[in-house]
Amino acid sequence: MNNKTTDIIVIGSGITGCAVARELSRFDASVLVLDRGSDLAEGATKANSGIVHAGYDAVPGTKKALYNVRGAKMYESLAKELGVPYRRCGALVLAFDEEDKKTIENLKIRGETNGVEKLEILDRQALLKLEPNLNPEVVAALSVPTSAIVSPYEMAFALADDAALNGVCFRFDEEVQSVSKDSDGCFSVRTQKETWRCKVLVNCAGASGAIIHNQLSEAKLTMIHRRGQYYLLDRAVSQPFDRTVFQCPSAMGKGVLVSPTVHGNLLLGPTAEDIDDPLDTATTSSGLSDILKKAARTWPGLSTRTNITNFSGVRAHLTGDDFVVGPCDDCNGCFEAIGIESPGLSSAPAIGLDLAGMIADYLSLSRKEKTVPYPVPPVPFHDMTLEQREQAIQQDPTYGNIICRCEVVTEAEIRRAIRRPVGARSVDGVKRRTRAGMGRCQGGFCLPRVAAIISEETGIHLKEVTKNGGESLLLSDTIDTFLKGGHDHD
Amino acid sequence: MIERNVDILIIGAGPAGLAAAISARECGIESLLVVEREKDAGGILRQCIHNGFGLHRFKEELTGPEYAQRDIDKASELEIEIECSTTVLTVSPDRTATCVSASKGMQIIHAKAIVLAMGCRERPRGALCTPGTRCAGIYSAGTAQRFVNLEGFMPGKRVVILGSGDIGLIMARRMTLQGAKVLACIEIMPYSSGLNRNIVQCLHDYDIPLYLSHTVIDIKGRERLEGVTVAEVDDKRNPIPGTEIEFDCDTLLLSCGLIPENELSLGAGVEISPATSGAVVNESFETSVKGIFACGNVLHVHDLVDHVSNESFKAGAAAAAFVRNQRRTAPMITVKDGNGVRGTVPQQICSNTDQPVDLMFRPSAVFRNSAIVVECGGKELVRKKAMIFTPGEMALVTLKPENLKDLPADLITVRIE
Repeated sequence: MNNKTTDIIVIGSGITGCAVARELSRFDASVLVLDRGSDLAEGATKANSGIVHAGYDAVPGTKKALYNVRGAKMYESLAKELGVPYRRCGALVLAFDEEDKKTIENLKIRGETNGVEKLEILDRQALLKLEPNLNPEVVAALSVPTSAIVSPYEMAFALADDAALNGVCFRFDEEVQSVSKDSDGCFSVRTQKETWRCKVLVNCAGASGAIIHNQLSEAKLTMIHRRGQYYLLDRAVSQPFDRTVFQCPSAMGKGVLVSPTVHGNLLLGPTAEDIDDPLDTATTSSGLSDILKKAARTWPGLSTRTNITNFSGVRAHLTGDDFVVGPCDDCNGCFEAIGIESPGLSSAPAIGLDLAGMIADYLSLSRKEKTVPYPVPPVPFHDMTLEQREQAIQQDPTYGNIICRCEVVTEAEIRRAIRRPVGARSVDGVKRRTRAGMGRCQGGFCLPRVAAIISEETGIHLKEVTKNGGESLLLSDTIDTFLKGGHDHD
Repeated sequence: MIERNVDILIIGAGPAGLAAAISARECGIESLLVVEREKDAGGILRQCIHNGFGLHRFKEELTGPEYAQRDIDKASELEIEIECSTTVLTVSPDRTATCVSASKGMQIIHAKAIVLAMGCRERPRGALCTPGTRCAGIYSAGTAQRFVNLEGFMPGKRVVILGSGDIGLIMARRMTLQGAKVLACIEIMPYSSGLNRNIVQCLHDYDIPLYLSHTVIDIKGRERLEGVTVAEVDDKRNPIPGTEIEFDCDTLLLSCGLIPENELSLGAGVEISPATSGAVVNESFETSVKGIFACGNVLHVHDLVDHVSNESFKAGAAAAAFVRNQRRTAPMITVKDGNGVRGTVPQQICSNTDQPVDLMFRPSAVFRNSAIVVECGGKELVRKKAMIFTPGEMALVTLKPENLKDLPADLITVRIE
């Protein structure tokens, strides 16, 4: 085997790919993760509601139901182990009329069948006591105390770091253009840069999951790309709701929610629009106004005065309406996790565990005797006590240099984000790992400083620093070369 | 951990903080500390390398750095302690501040008086809810100004500017002089929010079109900005279908307003005015929290640094008077915004003040051949006529102590008629 051959290739470094990679890193095998993006979690993982669903919504007996409930139960300890922000804040599913009430009663039965604990129907009075900012027109709600919130991309980063510490190799800007099974039983995976070969192929390709599957299997899958747009409001000392508040779900998804995030922001969204291009994560004026209209039903006092940003993500919906997880029926050595839309984030740890187990059996892998333990991540400076801050600065004075004012992120934390096993390479990469630039000024102050640190740490020229990889360059040129004709207008 | 006591702590060493410090020292305050988060004093003036500063105060046309240097030199002559690269993290109502720096770690500073002089920040894209992609190439005008003037980098080659605030206008000229093509300046309101002299000197002189009553309705480009769609808006600021104009550009600069940076003030329990987004203050620039003063752009956004300095000299002197227990106590008169007036500062005046009080505000629309009228209980106190009042230029009317004698009520209204 040459060095472009590896035991296992995972396509995609979203939450599912990262979870699979981490579980595989516990076995004696070489693992390579390929991603078309320039960083981890560039697809739906970075742009979703961040909810660890309890599992009341999925139809009993489906893979969605199975993995959701199992995955959700793994989250708390996993988040603790990896130092990822997670909070079991609970959720409410609101009913505004008798029909809604029937829906939530059915959801309760469904949830109980799926094994969700502590579900309860609350009446209006109890609800308004719990959440006084709710629309008083609410008649009842399903209370879901086991529903939780998590930072989805931070979970992916931690899973990937753990995998990398245990030998998994990650390669970015490698968009898989085609896959095929060769006569020797190995797969060839062609990207714009290389042809890679492997014994086992793991398809966690998110929006491209069906395209890759259809190259290897006769049982064709059809994927619909469903975009969800959001509002993200500023952190506040007290948000209008303590819990995630849903409206009744429909065929298009779980409806518009209003939810606190683990970082104390407030999230409104998503829309559900079927689009042609899975990479089209633009927001639209009609989508944004739709969110406001619907969210106002949950929260009549809605105000977007403190809006920080709007974003959108694209969920990978299969027409079969369920996840595809497991070995591909007609292609030995190909394992798949396709159509991992909501509750995909909740399900990812369980999917990762299952797929890795199946692959280990298939390749007769043995467990590594020793794994590298995940280093305890430092508490963010933002959350440290005075004494912890003093101590941190004594050990590393760059903790005393505040780079992002809004989110209180220090130079030490930005450098660490770049030096992590799968480190940040772009301004957005730093932003998602540290929150620098996530605040109310949206990087107005810290952007030039973050860019300078990236340039210093990675040894690239400042004008080569990108917002988010690829051609997303921040700057065109230095002012002197620019004037000398380094430009082409007119 | 370092813990220290000072008479006056000034947060921010921009033009406001420097003026407040100079004034407090000149009033005899020995124990004085200015804390600045940047590595040098001077604030935003450091990156404002164009001229036009200081016409009122120095009767000269200075660049931003030159203007700042005069105050820095003065502060240094007065041996005022300025601690740079130090960020204040919290201020409590009992006037204790925690700060952090790489050289000293965490510090707790107890002050008899605090002057808030943190300045303001720019409204980012999120605050505008502009739809489209989230590509590279979208900057607030001030961030672009920093890249060009302090770091020596051009953010892009073909530029559209959204908003006609002064920094955007200045950057239209700056980018043009530096070799970029500025395609248009887009303003959602039917009038510019910038100074008239900047419209003339930065747009007209360079043939850059200004589209009033227009806005950006879409942003395109997956990685780097590729273009924006601009449309005319109706009188409710909704885009009018069929009026779309496409601009092929790689850079969008936002100059859509400034927001006083009052996070520390809020933490200290300071009451914030919804009209100015700054503290509610009296004629001494004292906030609702005893011994905490505010001045400059953190109090309300100014057009001219000369006015910032003027206001901050008064705030520094008032903080010094507070420390020396020389505060006036008398019934307070409330100042209210009337027709055509938004965000009058100060909001309260001590009825026995012995100094003239400048009332500053923004006209809420364009008024021609009008007058500012200050009245109290039906009695006209002052009338000031002008050819034009616009939201882009702060209006000012001065009340003399004698205007405040024997008032018929405890409420003063400022209006334009």
